[in-house]
Amino acid sequence: MKKIEYTAIKGNSLAYYGLLGGLGLVMLIGLLAVWHMEHNGHYVTGMTNQIVWGMPHVFAVFLIVAASGALNVASIASVFRKEDYEPLARLSGLLAIALLAGGLVVLLLDLGRPDRLIVAMTYYNFKSIFAWNIILYTGFFAIVGIYIWFMMDHSMYRFKKQAGLAAFVWRLILTTGTGSIFGFLVARSAYDAALMAPMFIIMSFSFGLAIFILVLMASYNWTGRELGDEVVSRLRNLLGVFVAAVLYFVIVYHLTNLYITEHHGVEKFILLEGGQFTRVFWIGQIILGGLVPLALIYAPGVRNCRKTLAVICTLIIIGGLSTMYTIIIGGQAYPLEMFPGYEVSSTFFDGVVNDYTPSIYEIALGVGGVAVSLVIVAFVIKVLPFLPSSLADNK
Amino acid sequence: MINRFLRITFVLTGLVLLLPATGSAETPLPVIHEPEGEGVKCVEPEEVMRRDHMNFILHQRDETVHEGIRTSKYSFAECINCHVEPDDSGNIADVDSKDHFCNGCHEYAAVTIDCFECHADRPQKFIDRGGKSASLQEEMHQMLTANEGTGGELK
Amino acid sequence: MSDCVNQSRRSFLEKSAAVGAITIAPGILLHQVANAKPDDQPVSDSVRWGMLINTNNCEQGCTDCIDACNTEHGLVGNNRPQSDTQYIRKVTLRDKMTGHELSLPMMCQHCETAPCVDVCPTGASFKRKDGIALVDKHICIGCRYCMMACPYKARSFVHEEVKNQTLSAPRGKGTVESCTMCVHRVDKDQIPACVEACSKGKHDAMMFGDLNDPNSEISKELEKHGGKQIRADLQLNTAVRYQGL
Repeated sequence: MKKIEYTAIKGNSLAYYGLLGGLGLVMLIGLLAVWHMEHNGHYVTGMTNQIVWGMPHVFAVFLIVAASGALNVASIASVFRKEDYEPLARLSGLLAIALLAGGLVVLLLDLGRPDRLIVAMTYYNFKSIFAWNIILYTGFFAIVGIYIWFMMDHSMYRFKKQAGLAAFVWRLILTTGTGSIFGFLVARSAYDAALMAPMFIIMSFSFGLAIFILVLMASYNWTGRELGDEVVSRLRNLLGVFVAAVLYFVIVYHLTNLYITEHHGVEKFILLEGGQFTRVFWIGQIILGGLVPLALIYAPGVRNCRKTLAVICTLIIIGGLSTMYTIIIGGQAYPLEMFPGYEVSSTFFDGVVNDYTPSIYEIALGVGGVAVSLVIVAFVIKVLPFLPSSLADNK
Repeated sequence: MINRFLRITFVLTGLVLLLPATGSAETPLPVIHEPEGEGVKCVEPEEVMRRDHMNFILHQRDETVHEGIRTSKYSFAECINCHVEPDDSGNIADVDSKDHFCNGCHEYAAVTIDCFECHADRPQKFIDRGGKSASLQEEMHQMLTANEGTGGELK
Repeated sequence: MSDCVNQSRRSFLEKSAAVGAITIAPGILLHQVANAKPDDQPVSDSVRWGMLINTNNCEQGCTDCIDACNTEHGLVGNNRPQSDTQYIRKVTLRDKMTGHELSLPMMCQHCETAPCVDVCPTGASFKRKDGIALVDKHICIGCRYCMMACPYKARSFVHEEVKNQTLSAPRGKGTVESCTMCVHRVDKDQIPACVEACSKGKHDAMMFGDLNDPNSEISKELEKHGGKQIRADLQLNTAVRYQGL
């Protein structure tokens, strides 16, 4: 096996500092938005007593799901012993940590009482999947951190496979936990499904890999390092499999609901009558996030070039955000079925579809979280040797 | 490089530590308004309260919320009723100002308190609700006005 | 002495009770039915507080219970109906097939196996031993997961700063709240403000009492004429039951 040389990037160009500065500015705007929301109360946002979780949660859950998926590449190398993926393992671990950090930042800053974070870390209700998630997320940082350490430290290298296995199992439990946040809820027709957990796992594969490919291509392109076609096409093919698998889960989920009379209301809402939610579902989640990427990956006439791959990955990310929007917000917009067979009305918006318009503050917070993730990656690859100096094809 | 960094840090720390000696003006100590009245005492001696009042409050709140124990010795509302009084011109300070009984010391000691996010910062009798008063409030108000002048501890 | 007074009250009421109709006269009787819990004793699970609502007697336009609750807890609207707190609301129902219309007050159902309690990460959402579901706002972090989980949309989030809170409802920005079954009144042998207002207005649509006591008014009424749970299929064993649904 060829010995891989990892080096830190130079990171002293104007463009690099511009990137850090730009991302820092986005983070600052996010922080200002958080201050506004926290100081005045959530009435300044689009979130209400009806739509309880909004854009911040769409971004946060997306980033958290993608985080566990980003670790996939490293798992394929260490757990499934595919040595071709070995050089990418360090970046994979770093990206996983960065995406999780970004997602958690968004989640925590949207809390009604973020000053009570220490309460969340010390009072635990172990029946709550949310409480388990707090443990799973912090544990993820620790385990992946140790995994990266073992990858980088020659004296610990022999334990790398065990660490990789631990990280792999942990992220499966973590994503199961994230999907179960919704899957465990009996209250709402769109949730309350065991399928939520495995669906989130397969979505994590797809979203995580799409982001990984983009970050990989960008970091190699912008530092002038060589990225061979072998590596790229391998990742591309993998991505195609994952996108197809996600579509399969989505089809199964909706077909099942269409079979169950009790769920016809919410299905009709999402698939046909939901206005913005129907549009986001079909155009964002299915077409842009699923069918177009599949066509671009597998259709024979399409050019196998890097630019197309970047477009594919971007579309998958858009699709991922659309999926989260449909699930999280669409699921809340549809009224609770409390009185089947009755038309319901009240001063508390029972029985009606709830509308939601995201405020600029929520979007700024979500995007700020993305910036946090990217800043972490951009900074750490300058400080530590995460990237192989060359990923050229073996000739 | 590291040595230089450490040296600078030590020098700066030393300078910061010397700062208190530079100023001749001290931060004024908080003025504590004691409740008026003959024989009016707090439920615990002053020295105990100074150190431990937060422990009484925290313990009582858990007992009240989770167990429904509503004894009045450490009742938070009772603390407010006794300690938060209007000044000579009849105004009650907001909890954000340093003239509020609780905030005076807390601002001085730079210890943030969370209580008044949710709890009213003044006795109920000083809150004007435009004529509408909840039945329990009336009851508490009557109970309190009936006991006024008998000192801190009720029951 | 209080026993004497209530005995004569009871015989008076029995004599004047209407024949046949389901009459509910909660407020007056309850004082001696409720277990008088001393202030320094913790609550116990020998008692389970519950409510019974007779939708046949609930008038569509009437909001006595809502007004009483708002006054009791100092709930002031901010002209933002989507984010203003509502502990209790009137729900109007119209049967799609028969056209039959009815209305009922909807509040926290104080389920035995409450989903809000299960999902709260810090344990701020909890059930007191006597069955009342509450939010311990001291440890609520405002994540709103309980609001996502509640099958009855009973909870509200405080979206703005609050001042001049009442004694009975300390409430503040960033925490979640809901109907407490007037726990501060119940602990003093009173009945919830909504039930009291309903009986004061002679609508007789709401009743409150101890579900664990087979001799309580509410238990006897439930035994005689039954009472349904909303979303009974979820099997949450709610403490609030409805008749006429």
